[in-house]
Amino acid sequence: MSANLASVAYIAATILFILSLGGLSNPETSRRGNFYGIVGMTIAVLATVFGPRVTAAGIPWIVGALLVGGSLGLYAARKVQMTQMPELVAIMHSLVGLAACLVGFASYVDTSIVLAGAEKAIHEVEIYIGILIGAVTFSGSVIAFGKLSGKIGGKPLLLPARHWLNLAGLLGVIWFGVQFLNAHDINSGMLPLAVMTVIALLFGVHMVMAIGGADMPVVVSLLNSYSGWAAAAAGLMLSNDLLIVTGALVGSSGAILSYIMCRAMNRNFLSVIAGGFGTGEGAAPAAAGAQPAGEVTAISAVETAELLREAKNVIIVPGYGMAVAQAQHTVYEITKHLREKGVNVRFGIHPVAGRMPGHMNVLLAEAKVPYDIVFEMDELNEDFPDTDVSMVIGANDIVNPAAEDDPTSPIAGMPVLQVWKAKTSIVMKRSMASGYAGVDNPLFYKENNRMLFGDAKKMLDEVLVALKS
Amino acid sequence: MSLTIAVPREIYAGEKRVATVPEVVEKLLKLGFAVRVESGAGAAANFSDESYQAAGARISGNAAELMDGADIVFKVRGPTADEIALMKPGTTLVSFIWPAQNPELMQRLAARKLTVLAIDSLPRQLSRAQKMDALTSMASISGYRAVIEAANAFGRFFNGQVTAAGKIPPAKVFVAGAGVAGLAAIGTAANLGAIVRANDTRAEVADQVVSLGGEFVKVDYEEEGSGGGGYAKVMSEGFQQAQRAMYASQAREADIIITTALIPGKPAPRLITAEMVQSMKPGSVIVDMAGEQGGNCELTVPGEAVVRHGVTIIGYTDLVSRLAKQSSTLYSTNLLRVTEELCKTKDGVINVNMDDDAIRGLTVVKDGTITWPPPPPKLPAAPPQAKPAAAAMPAKKSGHGHGAGEPASAKSLAILFGVGALLFWLVGAFAPASFLSHFTVFVLACFVGYMVVWNVTPALHTPLMSVTNAISSIIAIGALVQVAPPLGAETVGRPGALILGLAVAALTLTAINMFGGFAVTRRMLAMFRK
Repeated sequence: MSANLASVAYIAATILFILSLGGLSNPETSRRGNFYGIVGMTIAVLATVFGPRVTAAGIPWIVGALLVGGSLGLYAARKVQMTQMPELVAIMHSLVGLAACLVGFASYVDTSIVLAGAEKAIHEVEIYIGILIGAVTFSGSVIAFGKLSGKIGGKPLLLPARHWLNLAGLLGVIWFGVQFLNAHDINSGMLPLAVMTVIALLFGVHMVMAIGGADMPVVVSLLNSYSGWAAAAAGLMLSNDLLIVTGALVGSSGAILSYIMCRAMNRNFLSVIAGGFGTGEGAAPAAAGAQPAGEVTAISAVETAELLREAKNVIIVPGYGMAVAQAQHTVYEITKHLREKGVNVRFGIHPVAGRMPGHMNVLLAEAKVPYDIVFEMDELNEDFPDTDVSMVIGANDIVNPAAEDDPTSPIAGMPVLQVWKAKTSIVMKRSMASGYAGVDNPLFYKENNRMLFGDAKKMLDEVLVALKS
Repeated sequence: MSLTIAVPREIYAGEKRVATVPEVVEKLLKLGFAVRVESGAGAAANFSDESYQAAGARISGNAAELMDGADIVFKVRGPTADEIALMKPGTTLVSFIWPAQNPELMQRLAARKLTVLAIDSLPRQLSRAQKMDALTSMASISGYRAVIEAANAFGRFFNGQVTAAGKIPPAKVFVAGAGVAGLAAIGTAANLGAIVRANDTRAEVADQVVSLGGEFVKVDYEEEGSGGGGYAKVMSEGFQQAQRAMYASQAREADIIITTALIPGKPAPRLITAEMVQSMKPGSVIVDMAGEQGGNCELTVPGEAVVRHGVTIIGYTDLVSRLAKQSSTLYSTNLLRVTEELCKTKDGVINVNMDDDAIRGLTVVKDGTITWPPPPPKLPAAPPQAKPAAAAMPAKKSGHGHGAGEPASAKSLAILFGVGALLFWLVGAFAPASFLSHFTVFVLACFVGYMVVWNVTPALHTPLMSVTNAISSIIAIGALVQVAPPLGAETVGRPGALILGLAVAALTLTAINMFGGFAVTRRMLAMFRK
């Protein structure tokens, strides 16, 4: 295949990738979108393998690597539980990050590329930045994976003077960057490059460790964005336009997704990256002053079933607790039963419910909940006053009225689902512990609120039995 | 220093309620207050002095002794001139006042330098205020009691029955006005087994009527009767005519009519004329709950039950007092919630915080200054309306090709453009030509990604992430070109094995991502169905 043919194939692949992202905007076209992505990737890989930059000697290696990696990937994709999607996505990001690092190092030690002057400098800067982003993505994603799968505690780890540490790291990276550019040969350049890689790895660890569980959706999509930038940097250093375009596509889409997430939580983009949820100055007065007071009213599963049976309009608000308890199937059973009885059951999804963007939608889809009764927060927040029962399953901060009422609350201003406006709200919760944000929830003390304590799955099973009896 | 709450005996004739019940006394003590109750205050509502004492209240022999040393006074009915004279200046009074109807009472309260919270002036549209809403709790009691009074005067069963002695048709109840009292009456009558019909000028309450087991009767005329704040307004002449026709036909059919129609600050509308009463079956009952405001029925005698044209017309104005124990309990709970709002610190000291919407509305006299009527509260409808507007903005903007969610301030926009310009200048000044073409591609691709992703529905964020993740394994291309590139002359010293190893490792890692990412996206998308 000639160089021109390969270029044309690359353009085709690029278009297919754009169509793929565009197709994902709507459930109707999403399957086609994914298909475009697969076709685009196939074209890109084949065009490269049969293109002018790969000789026949490499084919066995390539086939071997694709076979091993591909079967591993397919196996993971088949085995993964939908509740573990965030973990899977995080660990996959780490692979891209690591691959970007490896490509960067390989490119640096490759003496077949001879450049001079500004071109050489730019090439080296690209390598340097590519490895930097790759390393941050890698270590950050590994930590994110650990946090999401519960191997590392979800609480933000806040080192003293963490902003200074980050700054010192950045200065170190720049200083070693200068050293690296001034290095005369590969061997003397390797040391600053290696040191920088270590700093970048540490920075990635530190960045994600400092982020609380509630901010995880932002982090996951941020890492997604980083993996894209890493690919784009690799494209620049290898002068490959396809890599540049695709990397930039992924990078910018991830960045926008993170931005959307941040806005949904009313958080500043930078403050999430800088780390720590509810650790700013706002937390102190909230803890001291507005502790919600009163008594919570507990309710049994049978009484819950009673309330649901008599309701005409029900809104279910799922949160991470539903994912943890694997309760989505029981939720659907209850929904089905109630809908057969003529009860209008709808789902209200907060943009940051769960641990990654859209997490709840995927879980409900897995349980076969039709997507036309699943609504976004803005779509049904006004309907709560006409709702008889709002049922909160394992969610906390996203239904916290303090976000609207209490300007000193750390989550003040974050848009929330106004479940308390329903005639009765039922909160399913394991205990009275506060949410990831560590903010107490005045909802629990509201007069029209009932608490259903216990494991979400177990309690919902009991509710279902009571409903059917 | 904790304050003392005094609960006097209600001296208004026929008033059996008491402002605080023993159960609530305990909770007030927990908030840090001392509570004193006048001897016999709860007697009419079946609360003995002993039960108050057992709850921790002190009993005072008479009103003068009680008021001496009282900082806060809880009452049901507005105080008389004598009662006001007993209160010390600076005392806080919580009670029904009806400031619009009782201007001279307001003057007297102000002259005595009191702080007065009128429980009837609560801004009811605040959802937070619901727990303090004594009007609602009292209205639902009177609605219930109205049905009980009707049943008492009515000579038949409410529910239809088929007995050995013959078939009994169910009673037909018509409720005029589906406010809180009307709805309570509808629910009670429906639970007793009657066929319930109801009407209200506010069309939006139709669903509520149906939900309680009633049937909503429409007036055959197009006009919306909501007067703001959940109250009704005066309707046009054409509407009233149509309404009268409807009432006339209902009167002929119904066994029992319960009227609850009130318009704030106006005499009650005359809905049932003498002719309509005449047209009713003998033995029928009318309960006129608007008796105090003149009555909805022409023949109502406020405060009494009379028989006219064979129809019993009940105009009791003390329906709530006829359920004194229940209404005292609910009213005192409402007052407890007010106290909690006033005393957030729980140390027995109150703070009449005029910045709080609910408290501001309640307070009609503050330290001797009349503060009624309050400024209009922030509209309850405004926030939900503002939100969709804000949400719609990014959607609209994306259409114009501007992604940024909120309109950025001019300053930050200027900074952004400044930084951008500087960056572009640096690139333009120093970078070689070959880099520039790549750079062009890079910047344009960023924008394409930005545009494409703005329209993604949030439900698909997870599949989007997993597909972009799969696409980011395009970095495989980077590894591929390093595996075995066609080499020219400059191969000397090239660590081929090392590069091959690194490249193959990178390729394996990305292959996991590539295949896994697409496969899992496919699996997820297959689940999204209608």
